[in-house]
Amino acid sequence: MIYQGKQKIWSEYQKEIPDDHWYYVRSCIRQNFFPASERMFTEITRNVLGKDIYETPSHTTCGGIAYHCDTIPQETVMTIVARQFALMTEAGYENYVASCITSFGNYAEILETWHEFPELETKIRELLWKACKKEFKKPKYLAHSSDLIYKFRGEIAAKGRFRLVDKETGEPLRIVEHIGCHYAKMFPHKGVGGAEYPCVLSGMIEAWGGQVIDYPERRHCCGYGFRQYHVQANRGYSLSNTHKKFESMEPYHPDAIITNCPGCPYFLDRWQYVIAEQTGKTYGRDGFGIPVFTYEELAGLVLGYDPWDLGLQLHQVAVEPFLDKIGIEYDPSAKYKGLDKKDILRPGLPQNLKCF
Amino acid sequence: MSKDNIVIIGGGIAGMTAASRLLRLGYTPIIVEESDHLGGHVAEWHKLFPDMAPAQDIVQRLAEEVSAANIFLSTRVLFINRLHDTYIVMLNNGVSIQAQAVLIATGFNLFDATKKEEYGYGIYDQVLTNRDLERWFTTGDDPRLNGHEVKRAGFVHCVGSRDVKAGNTQCSKVCCVTAIKQAIELKEKFPDAEIWCFYMDLRLFGKKYEDFYINAQKDYGIHFIRGRVSEVSEGLDGRVIVKAEDTLSGKPVKVTLDLLVLMSGMVCNATINPIATSLGIDLDSDGFLRSKDNISHIVSSGRKGLFLAGACTGTKTVPETIAEANSAALDIHLYLTEGK
Repeated sequence: MIYQGKQKIWSEYQKEIPDDHWYYVRSCIRQNFFPASERMFTEITRNVLGKDIYETPSHTTCGGIAYHCDTIPQETVMTIVARQFALMTEAGYENYVASCITSFGNYAEILETWHEFPELETKIRELLWKACKKEFKKPKYLAHSSDLIYKFRGEIAAKGRFRLVDKETGEPLRIVEHIGCHYAKMFPHKGVGGAEYPCVLSGMIEAWGGQVIDYPERRHCCGYGFRQYHVQANRGYSLSNTHKKFESMEPYHPDAIITNCPGCPYFLDRWQYVIAEQTGKTYGRDGFGIPVFTYEELAGLVLGYDPWDLGLQLHQVAVEPFLDKIGIEYDPSAKYKGLDKKDILRPGLPQNLKCF
Repeated sequence: MSKDNIVIIGGGIAGMTAASRLLRLGYTPIIVEESDHLGGHVAEWHKLFPDMAPAQDIVQRLAEEVSAANIFLSTRVLFINRLHDTYIVMLNNGVSIQAQAVLIATGFNLFDATKKEEYGYGIYDQVLTNRDLERWFTTGDDPRLNGHEVKRAGFVHCVGSRDVKAGNTQCSKVCCVTAIKQAIELKEKFPDAEIWCFYMDLRLFGKKYEDFYINAQKDYGIHFIRGRVSEVSEGLDGRVIVKAEDTLSGKPVKVTLDLLVLMSGMVCNATINPIATSLGIDLDSDGFLRSKDNISHIVSSGRKGLFLAGACTGTKTVPETIAEANSAALDIHLYLTEGK
């Protein structure tokens, strides 16, 4: 591996990310899968970094899931997105940051389509006006929320309590990065680092002290793939994709996986349970799995937030061995306590995948 | 001996062939070559298809033939101005030449394979280009190959050729047969190696090329897979893992290789473009210089006293380049003797 070759490519795929004043839109599904991640994004950007991040409850789905499942016309998706832009315009912002990778890809694709076919943009403006009497300006800057954390990775490291380092050996932890397919595979120049060797997550890993693992199936889909999972008959295909990735990364003995997509951490985390129950195979040490984190969760850990406030108890794969390796303190008895210290009940334990 | 000055820009096989022919016609041409040696790309090649003739033979023969010419090595043309029926050619060494005729023979550049990021050139150690492999055939020295036993190797055709995304829609003509030649040479060095060629479609139009292709399969057991390589990655042991589609069997292919060779195509040598366009020579849609026409006046620029030869006007094989250079030399002679 020639690291300088990657650096050369990264230098050609840098995007302009404004420092402040962002209109933030959440994902449809992330709050169900990893409930503290988006909360941690606003916590870090507003309270740790002092940035102006605005959001509105009027924001809706972008229509991306339906679009990628082929169940919605493109004009309808565009009109939904035009309404989101109208909300941003009404709020007085011009920098648009999306939490969801598919939304980000959706916005990028629509803006590019309007650029190529301006008559379509005119049509969508008419449709939006007819539907809800709204007008909009297009975002001056479009970013994914991982772009912002990437931009401020150095400040997060400087303010952090922990580094991604084995406290016993001092060695950097070995971290797999998994980029959502809709981040840069459609428009390489819209993502930090391009499509083939993105550095948006690897940059965070390195800034926070870890070592990036490049393994053969790094580019492969996590297994979600929309129609692979949402069409029930295809779910075996979804699982086999995830299985392929784990078989490929296993020889590198990763300590954790970091992702920037709503679906990827969910499927990489939950399918490890299914693989373990079906085949008896686990990919971590001593019968554990490989923990899968969102970048907000990992940033939160670096900054010293309580793991249970980050929602890590809702992961299928146990995170405790990873926390122990770094030396992050946690209270095992508080794992299944809610914010008000009320017991939120314990899940049943799998047979083969070791969990607490 | 004629007193007419003829400046030949480019000391590759086109420029050398034209100079050789002009010397025999009684002129003393002036060759201006940017690098420190004559021979261009061919000087870096090991053997030439389809007869496996050593490339050095042709370069050495031409070098001997042009030894009486005036040769400026490591020299660039800064600009050319037209003055009545002549051209003032200014060189970066301070020399100014008043030439009655100028031949542009600046050839091509090899496509920069790092632009095809998915193939991992410059990222993965065991990914080479056709030029890298050819140098290794010639010198026997490459850290990626020294001391390694190649058991499995692959060749990717059309790297940067016929590729809209790469900005090059032209076929580079020579890559298909060069891949076959290099696969055979590699097989001769490593007789037990398994070798795959991944191609879009094979364009083997030249004399004996098809025989060459059949021999590669029959005598050397080289596999030809019709399909594009989608991505390349590196395994734990440093070998490269190649994913492709076999469009004939309709199945995906995944192979682990000791070596992957990218057949980088030809792109225009853009260094001459500002000078050429200042003299009224247009660029064609493929980025190469535009001839007066592409059928009967390929070596003519359409400008008096200004001629073109070889791969500066498009992708060419070695025989095509030599034929064009001879033709250009004759046209220059006719131009100078029959009146301007």
